[in-house]
Amino acid sequence: MDLRYSASDERFRAELREWLGDTLPEVADKPDPDDWPARRIWDTDWQRRLFEAGYAGISWPIEYGGRGATLVEQLIYLEETTRAEAPYVGVNFVGTLHAGPTIMAEASAEQRDAHLPAILRGDEVWCQGFSEADAGSDLASLSCRGVRDGDEYVITGEKIWTSFAQVADWCELLIRTDPEAPKHKGITWVMFPMDTPGIEIRPIETIVGSSEFSEVFFDEARVPVANRVGLENDGWRVAMVTFGFERGLGFVSDLVETDRLLSELVVLAQKVTRRSARAWDDVALRREVGHLRAEMDALWAMTKRNLSQAARTGVPGPGGSVVKVAYSELFQRITDLAMRILERGGLARQDLGDWPSGRFVEERLRSTSFTIAAGTSQIQRNIVAERILGLPRE
Amino acid sequence: MDFELSEDQVALQDGVRSFCDGRFPIAVVRGLADSGGVDRDRWRELADLGLFSLRLTEAEGGAGLGWADAVLAFEELGRALVPGPLLWTHLLADRIEGAAAGQVVVSGIERSDPSGIIEFGQLIDRLVVLDDEGVWVVDPATLETEPVEVLLDPLTPVSRLAAPLPHGERIGDATTAADLRLAGAALSAALELGLAEAATDLAVAYAKERHQFGRPIGAFQALKHLMADMFVRAELARSAVYAAGVTLDDPSVGSVTRAVASAKVTAGEAALGNAKTCIQVHGGMGYTWEIDAHLLLKRAYVLEASFGTRDDWSDILADLVGAAG
Repeated sequence: MDLRYSASDERFRAELREWLGDTLPEVADKPDPDDWPARRIWDTDWQRRLFEAGYAGISWPIEYGGRGATLVEQLIYLEETTRAEAPYVGVNFVGTLHAGPTIMAEASAEQRDAHLPAILRGDEVWCQGFSEADAGSDLASLSCRGVRDGDEYVITGEKIWTSFAQVADWCELLIRTDPEAPKHKGITWVMFPMDTPGIEIRPIETIVGSSEFSEVFFDEARVPVANRVGLENDGWRVAMVTFGFERGLGFVSDLVETDRLLSELVVLAQKVTRRSARAWDDVALRREVGHLRAEMDALWAMTKRNLSQAARTGVPGPGGSVVKVAYSELFQRITDLAMRILERGGLARQDLGDWPSGRFVEERLRSTSFTIAAGTSQIQRNIVAERILGLPRE
Repeated sequence: MDFELSEDQVALQDGVRSFCDGRFPIAVVRGLADSGGVDRDRWRELADLGLFSLRLTEAEGGAGLGWADAVLAFEELGRALVPGPLLWTHLLADRIEGAAAGQVVVSGIERSDPSGIIEFGQLIDRLVVLDDEGVWVVDPATLETEPVEVLLDPLTPVSRLAAPLPHGERIGDATTAADLRLAGAALSAALELGLAEAATDLAVAYAKERHQFGRPIGAFQALKHLMADMFVRAELARSAVYAAGVTLDDPSVGSVTRAVASAKVTAGEAALGNAKTCIQVHGGMGYTWEIDAHLLLKRAYVLEASFGTRDDWSDILADLVGAAG
């Protein structure tokens, strides 16, 4: 067991830090969260800068234009970009981290050439059409129909929780092409152009009043069969191929965020005075912060274990579910504690003088999604119990 | 960076585990209650395996290994519920003659401990005392103690000081005492980690075998989720405990105090949380003396009170991050 970074890792970190130091001041101010065209421009501008500096597709193989970085370098990249408060992957999320890797693994040479370079440069934005109102945790029960008509699929149905649908060029879409087959065997994965006639996008207003998710309605929208990736009715396997793509690094940015929030909580507690003492002088509160910090540090160590395991074996451990259960609940406990510190100051979802109540109240509300999105905590616990502990299915 | 175990570390882990399976199966461990938790012959076997001399140099008759190796060995001892003052004897192996070879059994106490409770007080050859000035060694024959008849853990007999501790002979300074506290917390966290894993294994095995409503109870999500949480707690603890071992060996990778604190807090959480859940999963049988679950819970409380509680280490950690903030 060795936790030291190698000289070449340290060099990678130093170069990246220098580049971030030079580049971040050139980045325009973050646009209004509900101004989606502006957000697309801002996020893809960042993607283009990454591309030009050789950091785009950090985890992608070199043959597809990526950097082919080692897992440790990827960890460093995520640590440094998050710490420097560089723009998050944003609207490029689906393209660079899900649809792109799926195309790499399963698409034809022609399809790869058509999309992969464009995704890396930030010229192509993707969204994901997987979940449906009646197919959430039980995704394989999806029912959005794709009926073959000559060399086209005619698509009718609806998708939900589609992030960035308003500004995406393409959608990685799962459609039901054989309703008679067992549920996992009748699904097809297609690349759907978002300017196709016959679709309607309705943004969903979230708990924080934002609009990143949409419902997408398909009414006999036509997509060429040539846009299919993999075989007809083999789409479930195609979709699952890349679920492990990030090899245990999927939550690193979230962990850096959690770590930072916990540090900010200490500052908050030292700033807020109530009943004529600093909140930080409350022994019970301080002890709770210490406890949260102990778990946070353990989560970091766990991430390094998962990464080392993936580096040795080439496959991520089942640690992903463990990290997700632990960090999402830890984050919520941190924001709960912040609300306790803020007391009535938490009635404002904006900063009050030097009290950062805007940040903490927003995070308290936003973090309710952490135990839901990307597999609820209950589904994650089923995965741990069944796949790791070998307990029988219900 | 490679946080996986080396081949030698895997071999060490396997070696200690199969030794425990062979020499300390749970039936034998339970039987040790009759001899006050320590059987001299088996104690020497632990010494022969190298458990006390592990970190001594080869010239000193040790294996020249580090703290990262020691935590792996102690994880296995914790898993098997091996009783006895293992931590203190290991920690003092380089300072007390005969400890490494298993001839001298060592226990220890903080001078400021208000309970006056000494573990294995009737059996030990030396008592080590830590205080602000350093490390002291006392001949247990000179102690005035009263026996404690009714015990929490049948495998951890204790006695109580009836008079103030004698000063003893000084064998280390205040820095040494502080280092021993850190290392002791890391190793007791390793014992807790092993115990937490044993609790998970015991609960899962029972849940696969016990049927109600026509199916194994482990199929019910209400129970499955309890056991998933056991696994999550143990994995968090494992990460922190291994990191503490590595950091004790090489403080250039991080703050030793912070790494040890994280280990003791998360391992305490895992040991106590998992031991309690193990009883719950066993239902009525978990409340019986016959099932081993109660031994896990009782030992978990012993270890929680050893080398600082979760509260103590949370406070230390908060002070560290508060000063930085």
